[in-house]
Amino acid sequence: MLDTRDFELLAAIQLGLPISPRPYHDIGLALGMAETEVIARLTVLKRIGLIKRLGVIVKHRQLGYRANAMIVWNIPDAFVKEIGSRISQASFVTLCYQRPRTPEWPYNLYCMIHGKNRDTVLKQLEQLGTDCNLDRFDRQILFSRRCFKQRGAVYRTPEPAAPAELAHG
Amino acid sequence: MDEIDRRIINALQAGFPISERPYLEAAQALGLSEQELLERLGKLLQEQTLSRFGPLYDAEAMGGALTLAAMQVPEERFEEVAEIVNGFQEVAHNYARRHTLNMWFVLATETPQQLRDALDEIERRTGLTVYDMPKITEYFVGLKLEA
Repeated sequence: MLDTRDFELLAAIQLGLPISPRPYHDIGLALGMAETEVIARLTVLKRIGLIKRLGVIVKHRQLGYRANAMIVWNIPDAFVKEIGSRISQASFVTLCYQRPRTPEWPYNLYCMIHGKNRDTVLKQLEQLGTDCNLDRFDRQILFSRRCFKQRGAVYRTPEPAAPAELAHG
Repeated sequence: MDEIDRRIINALQAGFPISERPYLEAAQALGLSEQELLERLGKLLQEQTLSRFGPLYDAEAMGGALTLAAMQVPEERFEEVAEIVNGFQEVAHNYARRHTLNMWFVLATETPQQLRDALDEIERRTGLTVYDMPKITEYFVGLKLEA
């Protein structure tokens, strides 16, 4: 079970780890927590998945990934898990989700491909279609035209809760 | 950004040690000194090539709520509606896409109720239908964006 010390720790590192030789020691100093305790708590938080990832968080546009396509498919419910798992293994797929259909929007599987240009993305999508035998399903490709807003996550102590994995960015 | 920076970015997107000297461990795996890794990370952050060096949390596990929503916005109202939607602090990002559903945005709130309230309020203030498409399943994607 998480306690308030875990939440204090999560809040303390949310904007980044110290860039110093002993970052967990430095975090501990600020919180009045021993380095070993910081390491033990973070190890658990990582293992239970509350920390999904730790390390470099990149801005895709900064790395030259300017073409961003959201592709949606209408996959029969019986196959969607299997196909979602396969699609997510392609090296160029950056996000993959199953979402509910609506009467106006029959698509239930979403994936994002971030690429350096549109042609590359379309070629990768073609490959994905062949590899996963997707061409039999109805789909739509939605390229982004403009990004209006992009913000990171900000948490509060002692019980933070806010975004983290910001889907479909 | 040079070849070493690229290797750092690619390697440290996959993970970072939780240990007493994590930068030293990561540097050794890359064939660098700890000092050089620290300096380069500092520079990449300062130049904003990296948005952060740290954790990515699972918002839902933290009790928060997230959804993807879409609207069909008449072209002549696009700017006006974008301004309304972007004005909501619950909206984390918003993309114009080429489709009849032409505005797609992600909302992130501390509680599920705040999410429902924000969606209702966006409908009320724009007079448009908001399609709410929360995730049912997330498929694991290993880490990506090669530098």
